[in-house]
Amino acid sequence: MSQPILEVSGLCMRFGGLLAVNNVALQVQEKQVVSMIGPNGAGKTTVFNCLTGFYKPTAGSILLDGVAIQGLPGHQIARKGVVRTFQNVRLFKDMTAVENLLVAQHRHLNTNFLAGLFKTPNFRKSEREAMAFATYWLDQVNLSEFANRPAGTLAYGQQRRLEIARCMMTRPRIIMLDEPAAGLNPRETDDLKALIGLLRDQHNVTVLLIEHDMKLVMSISDHIFVINQGAPLAEGSPLQIRDNPDVIKAYLGEA
Amino acid sequence: MSRSLKTAFFSALLVLAVAYPVLGLKLTTVGIKLEVHNASPTLLWTIAGCALLMFVWQLLRQRIGAAWDAAPKLPRVPSQASDFLTLPSTQRWIVLGLVMVALAWPFFGSRGAVDIATLILIYIMLGLGLNIVVGLAGLLDLGYVGFYAVGAYTYALLSHYYGLGFWVCLPLAGLMAAFFGFILGFPVLRLRGDYLAIVTLGFGEIIRLLLRNMTWLTGGPNGISSIDKPTLFGLSFERKAAEGMQTFHEYFGMAYNSVNKVVFLYLVALLLVLLTLFVINRLLRMPIGRAWEALREDEIACRALGMNPTIIKLSAFTLGATFAGFAGSFFAARQGLVTPESFTFIESAIILAIVVLGGMGSQLGIMLAAIVMILLPELMREFSEYRMLMFGALMVLMMIWRPQGLLPMQRPHLELKP
Repeated sequence: MSQPILEVSGLCMRFGGLLAVNNVALQVQEKQVVSMIGPNGAGKTTVFNCLTGFYKPTAGSILLDGVAIQGLPGHQIARKGVVRTFQNVRLFKDMTAVENLLVAQHRHLNTNFLAGLFKTPNFRKSEREAMAFATYWLDQVNLSEFANRPAGTLAYGQQRRLEIARCMMTRPRIIMLDEPAAGLNPRETDDLKALIGLLRDQHNVTVLLIEHDMKLVMSISDHIFVINQGAPLAEGSPLQIRDNPDVIKAYLGEA
Repeated sequence: MSRSLKTAFFSALLVLAVAYPVLGLKLTTVGIKLEVHNASPTLLWTIAGCALLMFVWQLLRQRIGAAWDAAPKLPRVPSQASDFLTLPSTQRWIVLGLVMVALAWPFFGSRGAVDIATLILIYIMLGLGLNIVVGLAGLLDLGYVGFYAVGAYTYALLSHYYGLGFWVCLPLAGLMAAFFGFILGFPVLRLRGDYLAIVTLGFGEIIRLLLRNMTWLTGGPNGISSIDKPTLFGLSFERKAAEGMQTFHEYFGMAYNSVNKVVFLYLVALLLVLLTLFVINRLLRMPIGRAWEALREDEIACRALGMNPTIIKLSAFTLGATFAGFAGSFFAARQGLVTPESFTFIESAIILAIVVLGGMGSQLGIMLAAIVMILLPELMREFSEYRMLMFGALMVLMMIWRPQGLLPMQRPHLELKP
C-alpha cells in the first residue's frame, strides 16, 4: 500500500479527568471514503476536532502526507487542505448561497486592498473566476436555482449540500463530514451518497465520514474505523465490520 | 379590584417618595449654614398631582388599556414601503440626494448652519468608521474615541512642533491611528463580545489619560492651541497670511470675508466624508468585506475554511481606526485647539449611539442618525441640562419601536446572473 495521506497514531485528548480519546490510530488512504463509527459519545467528533485543529490533542501525532500537523491552529490546517463540515450546519445564514461559496474562496482571491479599491482588471478577473467556480459547484450540488437565496432560508438537506460545496471552494484534499446525513430523509440521503461518491471519484478528494446511518456507511465506505468509549475497537472493510462480534456488542449491548 | 387598589396606592407613594426629596426640598446657604427649605408651592402641588395621576392611572390601567386596544389605530407603515426603503439601490439614490443637498448647503445656509453641518459631517465620518468595526465585523468597540484623539493629536503635535500643514498631516494622522488600532487590536482581538467591549473601553481611557498627563509633549489638560487651518493649495483663509503665504481673498482679489473660511472647512469635511463613503462602499464588495460579514456570523466556520480570524478582525479594527484618525485631524484643524477633554468616553458613546440608532451596517441610517444626534442638542440648547436624559429616552424609545435602527439596510447581495 502506498503512503497514507493521513496517518494518526496514539491520539489522546484529555479534558480534566475525562479521557475522551484514548490512543486512537487511523490510516486514511488517498481517494477513499473512510468512515468512523461508534455509539453516541464515543469520541468521534472529538477526534475530528483534534484532526482539524479545533482542539490541541494531549498526545499523539497526526501526519498529513508525512508532515506533522498536530497542534496547528484550525485555519492553518484548513489551508493545508483539510476542511470539515459540522454536526449542526454552520452556514453564514444571512448571506446568499453564492456568497457563502465566495467567502470560502477568500484565500484564493485577490485580497489586495488597492486592487479592490480601484477595481483593477486583475481584481475583476479574480472575482469573475471565483463566481464561475461557485456557479460550477452550485450546479454540482443541484442548488443553482437557489443561488441568490439567503442560506438560512434553504431546506435542511439543501443547507447540508451547500455546506459541502462551500468546503469544496477551498480546494481541499481531505474533506471531513460530521454526520452529514443527520436529519435527512431517505431521498436526500441517496443524493448525499451520490455526492460523496462524486467527490471521491471525480474530484480526487479523500472523504472522512462520521455517520450513524449504517446503510449509508456500509454502502459507500472503503474502510471503516470503529471507536468505542474513546478507544479504537475495530477496523476493516464494511463486510468485516458487519460481522465483527465486538462491534455488535458495542452497539447492541451484551447478550 | 383590591389588588389593583394596593398597586395604585404604592405606586403613588413611590412617586412621592422619589419626587419629594429630589425635587421638593431645596438646600439654601444662609450665611455659613446650609438650610433645607421646601420648594415653591407650585412644585409641591405638581408632585402631589403627579402622585394622584399615578394613582388613577394604576387603578384604571386595565380599562384604559382595553379602551386603547379598541380605539382605531393609525395605519402602520406598509411593509412594502419599508422594504423598498431598506433596499441598497434605493438607499444609494437617497444618499446621492443627500450629497446634492450637502453640496448646495453652504451657499444657502447661514454661517451657523454651515458650522453645525461641519460638525455633523465629522460625526458621520466617525459613524461610518465605527460601523466597519461594530456593524460589519461585529466587534463592540467602546474606545473608538481613542483613535479619534490619536488623529487629532497627530496633526496638533506635528503642526505645533514641526509646522507641518493639514494636507500633509491628514494621511499621517490616518496612518498613526491605524498603527494604534493595530497594536491595540493585536492583543485584545482574541477576546469576544463583552470582554472586548470592556478592554476597548479601557484603551480609550488610557489614551485620554496619557494625553492628559504627558504634559511635556501634549501640554496636559491645556492641550495644544492655535493649530493651523487647512489651506487651499497653499492659499490661507485667514485675514493675514503667514510669512511667504498668500491668502485666498488676496489671490482672487476679493474683500476678506470670514464666512469663506467656514464654507471651505465644510467643503473639506464633505470631501472627506465622500472619500470615506467611496472606500467603504468598495470594501463591502471586496473579499475582505465579505469576510467581515462571515466572521460576524460564524467565527468557527470561518476558521474551518482556512480564514485567519485574527487577521480579518485586525483589518476591520485598523481600517475603522484610520477613519477616526482622518476625522480627528480634521477636528483639530477646525477647532484650532485640542484638549484631552474633547475625547471622553461620552464621545465614544455618542458615536456608538449613531451607529446603533442608524441601523447597523446602514450608511444612510448613520447619516440620518448623526444629523439627529448632533442637531437635537443644538436645537434644544435651553434644555442642555437634560441632554443625557433625552439621549436615554431616545435610545429606549428606539429600542422599543425600531430595534433594527432608523433605516437598516439590506445587505447588497451579490447576485448570480443566469
